[in-house]
Amino acid sequence: MSEEKREENSIQEPAESVGEKTEAKQANTEKEEGKAEPQGEFPVKFMLGRKAGMGRIFDADGNAISVTFIEAGPCRVTQIKTVKNDGYNAVQLAFGSKREKLINKPLNGHLKKSGLSSARYLREVRIEDVEGIKLGQSVTVKIFSEGDSVNITGISKGLGFQGGVRRHKFGGGPKTHGQSDRLRAPGSVGASSYPSRVFKGQRMAGRMGKDRVTVKNLKVIGVDAERNYLLIKGAVPGKPNGLLSIYSSSHFDAGR
Amino acid sequence: MDIIRETESKYMKDDLPDFNSGDTVKVHVKIKEGDKQRIQIFQGTVIKRRGGSLGKTFTVRKISSGIGIERIFPLHSPNIDKIEVIRRGKVRRAKLYYLRGLTGKSARIPEKRVDVQSNKGKKSNSNKI
Repeated sequence: MSEEKREENSIQEPAESVGEKTEAKQANTEKEEGKAEPQGEFPVKFMLGRKAGMGRIFDADGNAISVTFIEAGPCRVTQIKTVKNDGYNAVQLAFGSKREKLINKPLNGHLKKSGLSSARYLREVRIEDVEGIKLGQSVTVKIFSEGDSVNITGISKGLGFQGGVRRHKFGGGPKTHGQSDRLRAPGSVGASSYPSRVFKGQRMAGRMGKDRVTVKNLKVIGVDAERNYLLIKGAVPGKPNGLLSIYSSSHFDAGR
Repeated sequence: MDIIRETESKYMKDDLPDFNSGDTVKVHVKIKEGDKQRIQIFQGTVIKRRGGSLGKTFTVRKISSGIGIERIFPLHSPNIDKIEVIRRGKVRRAKLYYLRGLTGKSARIPEKRVDVQSNKGKKSNSNKI
C-alpha cells in the first residue's frame, strides 16, 4: 500500500518542477484502492514522454551541442496483449493524467484493471514476448542509459497551408528575364490530351506538417531518474508538450 | 525550477569579466593538438555580443598582417581559458559592423574615461561622457 502512495507522488513531482499545467495534473492525485504495484524490471525499451523543450550543453571536448529535454514517464502498464487473446503480442502503456471529469466510464474501467485512476495517453507497442511484464508495472527512464541509441516518434508541428516550394522543395520559376508571377509557381502538373487528367498523388500546395514523424538513432546524453527526464542529442518532432514515443533503436530490428 | 535552465546553469561561468562592444580583449583559447593542450591568445576588438543564457557569443575582430580576422566565441565555452579586458572603448552602438569597412587611423576606437573615484566607476555604461 505504501508502495503505491510513493509511486503516485513521484508521478506528480516532475510536473510541479516544470511548473506547467500542475492544476490539471494534480486534480487527480488520489488513487483508487488497488493491489500493490508489481515490481521488477521492464524488459522492453519503450516508453512515453512529453517534450519539455530544447537547450544546449557543452560536451567533454568543449563543443556546444543542442539537446532536447524530455519528461519521460513514469508510465504504467495498462494492458498486455497476447497472441492467444488478441492475435499479437503487445504491451500498452499509460502516461500523464487528466481531470476526473474527462475520464469517461469505459476508460475508468480499463484503467482500474491496472490500479490507475487517470491517464492522458495510452499507447501500445508490439513485442516478441510478453514474459516478465506485469499489469500495473511502472516504467521509468531507468530503462535507458547514457549513450543509448533511440528512435523517437511524435507529431510534427502543423505549418498550415503551404505552397509547393516549401512543402515539396519545388524549384519555382525564374525571377528575371521577362518573367511575371512565376517565382514560386509549381509548373506543369501533367501532360495534355493523354491522360486528360492529373494523376493521383501529384505534389501540390496544401496542408503541411502535423504528420507522424520518427527520428532514428538519436543519442541519449543523460538520464535524470529522480525527476524523470531524458536528455537527447538533437531535435525531436513536434512542439513542447507534445507526446513522444521513445523506443530503443534496435527495437524494430528483429523482423518487424 | 525549470530543468532546462537548471541544466544550462551548470555549464555557465560566473567568473567572466564585464566587457562590451568596443572593448579590446585578450581571449585565451585552449587548443588541443593530439593529446597535448596549449593556450593560444587572440587579441582584438569586440564588435558584437549576442544571444542569451548559455548561447551567448561574442565576436572579436583583429587585423592580422593586413587581413581582418573575426572570431566568434561562445561566451561560456569551456575552451576559453580566460578573457582579459585590455582597454575599454567608447562606442555609440552595440554592433560595430562599420569597422569592417575601415582601416588604419579611421578604425580606431577612443578609450572610455573611467572615473575611478566613483563607486559605479567599474561598471560599464555608468560613464557616458
